[in-house]
Amino acid sequence: MSVWLAQHLAAIRDACRRLAAAPLNSLLSLLVIGIALTLPTAGWLMIDNLRALSGDSPGVQQISIFLGLEAGKREIAEIEARLQAGKVGKWRFVPREEALKRLQAAEGMADIVASLPRNPLPDAFVVTPADSQPAELERLAKSFSGWPKVAHVQLDSAWVKRFDALLRLGHLIVMLLGVLFAGALVTITFNTIRLQILAQAAEIEVARLIGATDSYIQRPLHYFGMLQGALGGLCAALLVGIGFHLLTPLVAELAQLYGANFALQGLLALHVAALAAIGATLGWLGAKISVLIHLRRFA
Amino acid sequence: MITASDVTKRYPEGREALRHVSFEITAGEMVFLTGHSGAGKSTLFKLLAAIERPTSGSIVISGQNLAALSRSAVPYLRRKLGLLFQDRKLLFDRTVLDNVLLPLAIVGHPPRDALRRAQAALAKVGLPNRERTLPIALSGGEQQRLAIARAVVNRPAIILADEPTANLDAASAREILEIFHAFQQVGVTVLIATHDPASLPAQRPRVLRLDHGEMTELPPTSDAAVAGVLA
Repeated sequence: MSVWLAQHLAAIRDACRRLAAAPLNSLLSLLVIGIALTLPTAGWLMIDNLRALSGDSPGVQQISIFLGLEAGKREIAEIEARLQAGKVGKWRFVPREEALKRLQAAEGMADIVASLPRNPLPDAFVVTPADSQPAELERLAKSFSGWPKVAHVQLDSAWVKRFDALLRLGHLIVMLLGVLFAGALVTITFNTIRLQILAQAAEIEVARLIGATDSYIQRPLHYFGMLQGALGGLCAALLVGIGFHLLTPLVAELAQLYGANFALQGLLALHVAALAAIGATLGWLGAKISVLIHLRRFA
Repeated sequence: MITASDVTKRYPEGREALRHVSFEITAGEMVFLTGHSGAGKSTLFKLLAAIERPTSGSIVISGQNLAALSRSAVPYLRRKLGLLFQDRKLLFDRTVLDNVLLPLAIVGHPPRDALRRAQAALAKVGLPNRERTLPIALSGGEQQRLAIARAVVNRPAIILADEPTANLDAASAREILEIFHAFQQVGVTVLIATHDPASLPAQRPRVLRLDHGEMTELPPTSDAAVAGVLA
């Protein structure tokens, strides 16, 4: 084993030893870091779920193409061909008969529909675009309205824009929260490392005097920060997991009441790994800054 | 091995701790640095250990000019020196063995080899069965032996000892000096700073004397005469 690797392994062992030396303090630090990371993580996950919900829900981000009453099978086939060629996303043809049946089935509408001399409803296509950005939806709607025998194109663009703006606002808030709590994590690690340096002052001084390099002294402290951050990240993943586990059945029940089949998507293994990596990086940063500032007096 | 040329050390408040000090110590020599408290011994010790830098003049150790030494090169110089501090600087929350293992860990010795070398160093200074003891449980003389074991475990070519016999009884002080003498016998250069003329060995040592920052070298003579000059 190379000297380099042996010294890194020794530094990791030392960091673990320091973490285990004061279990209650370590646990409290991990909890604080975990909670700091939980809020932005949960927020991000909520936004992600809302985005998925908006994409899945009927009527949301869909464009309805109503044909003129005179449109025949040939025109319907042509529009089908255009939709297919344009690769705009998913689409479904709703014949006027089916539309009338649906209207009849609606509460209180049966008598009204029965009194009509003929079916006033047109054939229609319901398109769910692959790209649900408001600008793209508007572009598609404009394009559809120029097609032959298309009488009306309906896109609730105001609703889509509002929802998108809300999501973007939510995203920004989560980002700001993330930055804020990342700063908190760095500060927590900074302070923990400061206390570590104070507690190990004698050892650091002696090590310096007998030939320890800056790297030798700093390495265990960096690993300590990284380890604490990574464990804090895992702690946050656990807290978010518990929260989503409790919320999932309630949200599913609520979605069912609105006729949607929706389940909350919790953290994936990749997300947990990313959370631990983010925690480790921020922990390392806090340790690095603390070491730079507080080890000066041992120079 | 150690050459100091016209070394002056002036502290920011204006106090001159060393004035135009020059001397040369060749490989394998054992030299005593004497002088009253405040004469500049500890300052010279700090300069030789690259803990501080001279205001002017140069110090060359094993061909390395300390004035030209970069900050990152200082640890590598210190690894070549066996440093003994006046306050010993032992780690009291670590065992005797862990204290001796520290310099080996810093250098990156493989654990098994490090253990063997640490045990050998402890045996050499007469502490073979105290590995698991905490330093607080050792006597003053034993603590000094432990400090010596830590200083020599990396087999340095030079030992710099600041007041190694301070606060020790005569018998313990003699034993410590005998350990240094044993290292000198195998070619190690030893510089011992002491304020106590009585701690000089019976054989005729080379003595450098510091007085208010100025150095004079005493002629080789009997320890009684040296003690007389120093008194």
